Amino acid sequence: MTGPVLLDVREMAVAFGGVKAVDGLSFAVHEGEVLSVIGPNGAGKTSAFNCITGFYKPTSGRVTFAGADITGKRPALIAASGIARTFQNLRLFGDLTVLDNVRAGMHVRIRQNVFDAMLHTPRYWRSEDAATQEAHRWLDFVGARYDRAAQIRNLPYGEQRRVEIARALAREPKMLLLDEPAAGLNHGEKEQLLALLRRIAGLGTAVVLIEHDMGLVMEVSERIVVLSYGKEIADGTPAEVRANPAVIEAYLGAEDAEAHHEAERIAAQADPVLADSASIQDASATDDSAAAPAGREGQP
Amino acid sequence: MTENSRPDEGGSAYVDAVEKRAPANVAFAGTGVGTPKPRRNGLGEALSAVLGSKWLAAAIALLAIALPYLNSGTYVIRIATDALIFVMLAVGLNVVVGYCGLLDLGYAAFFAIGAYTAGVLATKGGWPILATVPVVVLAAVAAGLIIGGPTLRLRSDYLAIVTLGFGEIIRITANNLDFTGGPNGLYGIPDFGDFGYRTDIAIYWVTAVVVCLAVLFSSRIGRGRLGRAWRFVREDEDAAEAMGIHTYKVKFAAYIGGAIFGGLAGVLFAVHQTAISPPSFNFLWSALILMAVVLGGMGSTPGVVVGALVISLLPELLRGAQNWRFLIFGVLLIVVMIFRPQGLLPARIGEPRRRGRTAAPADAAREGSTA
Repeated sequence: MTGPVLLDVREMAVAFGGVKAVDGLSFAVHEGEVLSVIGPNGAGKTSAFNCITGFYKPTSGRVTFAGADITGKRPALIAASGIARTFQNLRLFGDLTVLDNVRAGMHVRIRQNVFDAMLHTPRYWRSEDAATQEAHRWLDFVGARYDRAAQIRNLPYGEQRRVEIARALAREPKMLLLDEPAAGLNHGEKEQLLALLRRIAGLGTAVVLIEHDMGLVMEVSERIVVLSYGKEIADGTPAEVRANPAVIEAYLGAEDAEAHHEAERIAAQADPVLADSASIQDASATDDSAAAPAGREGQP
Repeated sequence: MTENSRPDEGGSAYVDAVEKRAPANVAFAGTGVGTPKPRRNGLGEALSAVLGSKWLAAAIALLAIALPYLNSGTYVIRIATDALIFVMLAVGLNVVVGYCGLLDLGYAAFFAIGAYTAGVLATKGGWPILATVPVVVLAAVAAGLIIGGPTLRLRSDYLAIVTLGFGEIIRITANNLDFTGGPNGLYGIPDFGDFGYRTDIAIYWVTAVVVCLAVLFSSRIGRGRLGRAWRFVREDEDAAEAMGIHTYKVKFAAYIGGAIFGGLAGVLFAVHQTAISPPSFNFLWSALILMAVVLGGMGSTPGVVVGALVISLLPELLRGAQNWRFLIFGVLLIVVMIFRPQGLLPARIGEPRRRGRTAAPADAAREGSTA
């Protein structure tokens, strides 16, 4: 595709008790590629992210990043090898300032030891100034617009989302994993997110996106991987995935799809009692497919 | 790139939407109002700002060092030395509890290890007290490694229980060993030398200088790279890991740092008291030091110094109330914690104002987005 393979996931599996959250998942991410991972709720997308970034230890399988085996390593070591991530529910350092949050991203690159800090050596001031300037640069890059000396928890949700991305970018990662970056954003904010994702791709950073907003996914992805019950069921360009019957089935559910047809048939026969129960079943089907294109648009 | 100007376009509609939502977010966060600057307590903030200024800190340090010229009464010098040692303990525990968020309920153990290491080497081995300092540091680090090694891998609650036990183990061990003098403890611990002054004043000066440096260093480390890492760990360990911060090492650094502060305070204590015994290091000490940190404001150096001074001096100031003084002391602490749960001088939120770097220049925004 775009470049050589950067991340290679082979037969990765993780189970919690008897539940196989990820079940023999294999996929690859190429350098500089924008890849989306989609699938119904509970398909194992976030679990897969957590396995790749070391927050879960895969029960089997292998994860290779930039040629090195990172399976089951400490999250900090995996992060240091060039993977940055955001979290599904914002995980910012709530009591700290916006700038401090972004400085966390460059922590491992700040060249300064305890004695520099104790004695306020020139190196201390140099490294602190450089970090501050770089933090401002990343905040500018993501379009942060509020007071950067303010406590992050007092800022609006959309701004917090942007700062979390700035913090991950400040790691200067080779690959950025974004877990539902559009969740809770309004239409205008989603447009801005789309522009931001393109700017990030423009840096040459590979972006892997978990997202339920199909408009955004179809717009930005070069390739889409579809998960269902912890397994990959499709992998291809947006157009290929959209036309894939397995994907449609996963989203609507085979039985529900049948029930849907059944309901239509019965409704045509104009039996009020049965039509009612069928429409209930129908409603539950659309509930399950909250991830379907129109499902999330109106949510706060 | 046309997208680059996106954040500025249609800003008003976006900002309106954001501002409509802001109160809800703030209510959720539970602090302040819609504007970014939290205004929990105007007076407290202003007071913290004044007390956080380095000129005031320097003035207080000078005042502390000049105290024997102002009043050289034996009682005053003794109480002041006690108070300064307590400040050092509080500042050390602040590194562990305030910066890094690790609840240590047995901090007096490091204090005891410092005092006993110096005491045993000086009285049994005949070492000059200054020569014991490197050994004290090593002993404190070793104890920190032994206790921290297994427990820092766990979450904070377990650490609290283990450290609570550790504090008692050290005290009971000192009580039962021969070379520590058993329940009688050690006596005749030598001083640092009199430098041509009265012995207690010489000890006071050494203590004052060491404690001032300890306060300065702990505050500076807290603002540097390591101090930030401690706060990241305190706020969210997983997020810190995801940023490439090895949280185990960072927590270890805080724990060992606290141990060294405690150990050195122990040396000062041993010299000041000239005699030490196990009851000097009971759980009440650990609790009082923690109290000083919480009362002053966790993670805030000026706050913790004030908290330590209050805890150590208030019982003396209340001496007039005779038998009632500890009751009054307790009630006052409860009242303070009800009305200022965040501490007397909570840590300031904000960026240091240096060379006007906190405000982002407008053209830097465009430069940044094309980079």
